[in-house]
Amino acid sequence: MLQRRLWWFAILAFLPTLAIFAWVRIYPIGETLRLSLHKWDILSKNKPFIGLDNFRELFHDRLFLDALVNTSIIAFGVLAVTIPLALVIAGLIHHRTASRFSGFYETAVFIPHVVSLVPAAMAWKWIFDAKLGPLNALLQYFGIPAQAWLFDPVLSVICIIVLCSWQALGYAVLIYLVGFKSLPVSLFEAAKLDGAGGIQRFWHVAVPLLKPITLYVSVVTLISGFNVYAQAFVLASDSQGAPGRQVRVLVLDMLENSFRNYRVGYAASEAVVLLAIVLVLTLIQFGLLREKGRK
Amino acid sequence: MTAVSATEHVSVSAAEKIPTRERLVNLAIDIFLFAFSILMILPLVFLVSNAFKSPQELLAWPPTVIPTDPTVENFRAVLADTPLARWIFNSLAFAVLSTLSIVATSAISGYVLAKFPFRTLKIIFVIVLATAIVPFEVYMIPLYFQAQALGILNSIGGLLLGYLVMSFGIFLIRQNVMHSIPDELLEAARIDGAGELWIFWSIVLPLLRGALGALAVLAFFQAWTAFAWPMIVATTRESYTIEVGLALFQTGFTVDLGRLSAASATVLIPSITLFVILRRNFVQSVASTGLKE
Repeated sequence: MLQRRLWWFAILAFLPTLAIFAWVRIYPIGETLRLSLHKWDILSKNKPFIGLDNFRELFHDRLFLDALVNTSIIAFGVLAVTIPLALVIAGLIHHRTASRFSGFYETAVFIPHVVSLVPAAMAWKWIFDAKLGPLNALLQYFGIPAQAWLFDPVLSVICIIVLCSWQALGYAVLIYLVGFKSLPVSLFEAAKLDGAGGIQRFWHVAVPLLKPITLYVSVVTLISGFNVYAQAFVLASDSQGAPGRQVRVLVLDMLENSFRNYRVGYAASEAVVLLAIVLVLTLIQFGLLREKGRK
Repeated sequence: MTAVSATEHVSVSAAEKIPTRERLVNLAIDIFLFAFSILMILPLVFLVSNAFKSPQELLAWPPTVIPTDPTVENFRAVLADTPLARWIFNSLAFAVLSTLSIVATSAISGYVLAKFPFRTLKIIFVIVLATAIVPFEVYMIPLYFQAQALGILNSIGGLLLGYLVMSFGIFLIRQNVMHSIPDELLEAARIDGAGELWIFWSIVLPLLRGALGALAVLAFFQAWTAFAWPMIVATTRESYTIEVGLALFQTGFTVDLGRLSAASATVLIPSITLFVILRRNFVQSVASTGLKE
């Protein structure tokens, strides 16, 4: 009797959420998968099934390949900057937990992660600005010629990496700090007694113990790197002022195909590629974690 | 060697047992961290300061942190040129409603998933978690057509459609219920004849206050900083969120950095203030995302 009553409560209480979930998550995810196998150009009424043709076309599409390469460079670039820097900064902040400034360090490093993307990107747009920006002024002060940071295809990718790393760092530092706090103190005491210096303790004790956290932060950073859009949109305007053209990224290419070229099915197949990348990264993470658990 | 002798010398007073060398190292670390922290917030400091500068002063080298001749001309120009207040209102309404929806759905379903051990629910929970891996960008195009079919493009309802639920929120509350609410408590209430709804409302919810607060902060900032979804759903000037409005405004006035800074500062100052006030909640909720075990 009670069991029955509980069952009904559980179902009725959960149903609204489940309905919303099915409607705004599961259905559109299914639609993305389905549309990717169809040719649908908004204007035309019928959506013929075309199998994997969209994907075949994708891998001969210069714009898409460009976007894929740019996005990968940005994602891995951000990873390469963020992880080592976050480890060191978190280690140092943890070391100075007793300092009266530790709250300030944490807040200052974390603020770029929470401020809205666009205003923050605006600040960097000024820094990188070729004529007005302080970066070029600084370079010239040291006798280095000014660069067109945001108009050069290579330099503008670097600018986006700098901006994204600046934002990603706070999150990574925060997670590492939680990690540092959970490390067993006794191990450090032992290493200290054995005569290990601060740097040795960091490198030989903390870094190996923090591996699962490094793995987690790396995957999160990579995934958000592959979804980069706003940063490229604001920073990389081309010389006519059209946003995002200079550095084509996956999400931008996808939205252009869908809403400018009206090729929804084609855009959906790009979304599926993005999903595949994310799934592979997640599976790698789970695989590595399990391997570690088995040892 | 010097470190050892210094230790002996200082150890006279128990409070200052830290060797001089270590103290010097700590000082160096503090100086480095201090400089690094300043460097991290410097772009934002300059953004706010640029908002108050005249066009001539913007060109000055080295850039001044405190404007020598502060002016509100940039703010006046931005408010005259754009419906900035409207954009901020849209963002606020969107973020608040999204937060309410996420907190409500997460609270009830997190509780049900944690305390009602039915097989069907477990399977559903796995599906819910699995969708958390799929980035929003992957399914936003079909979702756009759903919003179009409902006729809610260019409205707050349309914005909301993408931000009604959060898989992570359900997960977070479920973990919290499992760890902080003992089964005995619920059973005792049932024996006393309490209804299920009453148990949820009067026993479970109050115990979840901390976790729900953390989730609320996370949900609010998630909607407040959303970009790709508002970008495609809100396409009329009146329906922009502040993020979209600013991003498109900058393409119109590529060169006018003073005005851009003023518009950005108007958005930044309240959100940074809010963050500093809610820092503990925020840090707690973000940190718990890294502790999925």
